[in-house]
Amino acid sequence: MNNATPWWSSEVFWKKTAIWVTGSMFVVLIILTLDSIPKITAGSERVPAYSVINKHIDYKFNDERNIQVPLIGGEDPLFGKMLSEEEAEALVSYGKKITQGRNCMGCHTLLGNGSYFAPDLTKAWLDPGWSSEEEREEMMIAFLMDPVENARSFGSGRMMPNLHLSRGEAMAVVAFLKWMSSIDTNGFPYNFTVIDKEG
Amino acid sequence: MKLDHLNGGQQLAVKYYTVAISLFVAQIIFGLLSGMQYLYPELLFGMLDFNVTRTVHINAMVVWLLYGFIGSVYWLLEEESETEIVGLKLGQLAFWVLTSAVAVVVLVFLLVQSGPGDDFTRWFVNEGREYIEAPRWADIGIVICMLVFFYNVAATFSKGKWSGISGVLTLDLVALAGIYLAGMFYTPNISVDQYWWWWVIHLWVEATWEVLVGCLMAWGLMKVLKVDRKIVTTWLYIEVALMFGSGILGLGHHYFWIGTPEYWLTIGGFFSALEPIPLVAMVVHAVYDAGARHMKGNNNPALAWLIAHAFGNFFGAGVWGFMHTLPQINLYTHGTQWSASHGHLAFFGAYATIVIAMIYIAVPYMRGQKGLGSNLPDGGWKWKWSLGLLNMGVVGMTVALLISGYEQSFIERAVGGSTWYGYFSAQTHPWFIQGMEWRMIFGLITSVGIVLLVWDLLTIGKGRVAQEREQTQAVA
Repeated sequence: MNNATPWWSSEVFWKKTAIWVTGSMFVVLIILTLDSIPKITAGSERVPAYSVINKHIDYKFNDERNIQVPLIGGEDPLFGKMLSEEEAEALVSYGKKITQGRNCMGCHTLLGNGSYFAPDLTKAWLDPGWSSEEEREEMMIAFLMDPVENARSFGSGRMMPNLHLSRGEAMAVVAFLKWMSSIDTNGFPYNFTVIDKEG
Repeated sequence: MKLDHLNGGQQLAVKYYTVAISLFVAQIIFGLLSGMQYLYPELLFGMLDFNVTRTVHINAMVVWLLYGFIGSVYWLLEEESETEIVGLKLGQLAFWVLTSAVAVVVLVFLLVQSGPGDDFTRWFVNEGREYIEAPRWADIGIVICMLVFFYNVAATFSKGKWSGISGVLTLDLVALAGIYLAGMFYTPNISVDQYWWWWVIHLWVEATWEVLVGCLMAWGLMKVLKVDRKIVTTWLYIEVALMFGSGILGLGHHYFWIGTPEYWLTIGGFFSALEPIPLVAMVVHAVYDAGARHMKGNNNPALAWLIAHAFGNFFGAGVWGFMHTLPQINLYTHGTQWSASHGHLAFFGAYATIVIAMIYIAVPYMRGQKGLGSNLPDGGWKWKWSLGLLNMGVVGMTVALLISGYEQSFIERAVGGSTWYGYFSAQTHPWFIQGMEWRMIFGLITSVGIVLLVWDLLTIGKGRVAQEREQTQAVA
């Protein structure tokens, strides 16, 4: 009787397999990362430049891809002011830093990631809860500056605490949210109803 | 407690284990508060808001598990390398530095909570990115302490003896520390931000942490059941091949909806669907070894927690992860209570269990005994009840959250179109609220389990020493 360990259950075989599998998977991940990063850099097709906040943003069903995709329209400057690419990036970046400093992800999700205690912010700019496109900017500012007074809890009793945002800070957060809504998220969130498109 | 009879690495391990269990208790306290805030939103409103309680809840978890892992590695280090630890003093210094840093970060989270949108806030208050909220100064401190830990591990094995387990462990620690760097930069681009953020989160919990606990499991089975080294080492290599083979590109299941190209739907869906396979291998391995030895080990609580780990890892990380990993379902479940359900069972089943098992392996040695068999004076009721209550509590929370998650994905996502109105329609639905109530009940059961666990760890085996001493004296 042969008691020798068959090759497929030997320690050496699996050691080599582990090394080769790990190494090759990591190489594939690096290659995919090198391909993906340019495709999600601001200014790419999927992730628009920060100056997109100067434009009208919509979210439309695309028959070919069978999902909703962002649709960048004509001029529609945020707070009525056209910004250069640099100014737009500075404003969006300031907005993002505020969302990090106030730990918004501790309650909300952004692109679906974060906590589940408050609504997802991916398409917050396009949400029909802001009444109409005309009133949206001011409603968002008022809400962010005093979320307790202007609570939008839809009967849940859950309120956003007052994070003491100044008007300038609230405007930056809105700029960040408007820019984020222009990202092509492969149809997430699904079946979204866009502001001014109800009924 | 006198610990002079333990080796240097083990003495260091006891320190890490002590902080680990303290943070485990903190995790549960803040988890209870977060759960209560779902039911009573006005609870501590404006003082300790949900984003604070939840941040402490998840960060205490990450840190106590890391402390548990570091403690476990220090515990086995001298025995596995067959030599003395090279940098005991340095290791002790790193422990105090890390622990002070953790204490400061927690105090800042609780007392300062947030800051303006500037670099100072991210460096010294809160980075605001889930799981890695710790400010940048603490990140750097963590990396330095991890380097000290890595030096101690690599240099001690180099001085003594290498083995399959120590080789895998050391290389895994390189990856684990290196990946953390991917989360240490700022970009205004949320897509790029989340791309690298997932390198830290996913490649930790679904790759390098899994391999690390694979090493602990291999060592634990040798220790508790006297399984042959050759067998556990071969299984470890199989697990590494399967784990990294599926888990590295399984990262793609986080790249479905963050702006990344559509090919990630296929790659992420396919490879992450394979991720349960190594976890099946672990169950087979552990159950076979335990069965082959007729469940007879030298440490019953540790063996029970090792088995709980094998099944918890498979169900929590494997089954619960698989349930919503395909993009066709994840489109509706991403960012709902499904994720919370999966998170609870996976972190507990895959990681908390094995750290508890490793601590139980250490306890008898700390008390100068050889093991914890079935002859405990009180029948071992405390460890048995804490095992039962903790597992029942977490499984109960998982099922309750899953029911809320089902409701949320239907009502908010599929029907409500994911608007804010849709979100709150789901949150106010009785089915959702009932799920949250049951989660709270099972959370309380979990808390009773942790009280018993702490009580047991502080006392198990103590009575037996006295009893044995009395018997010896009587014979004399």
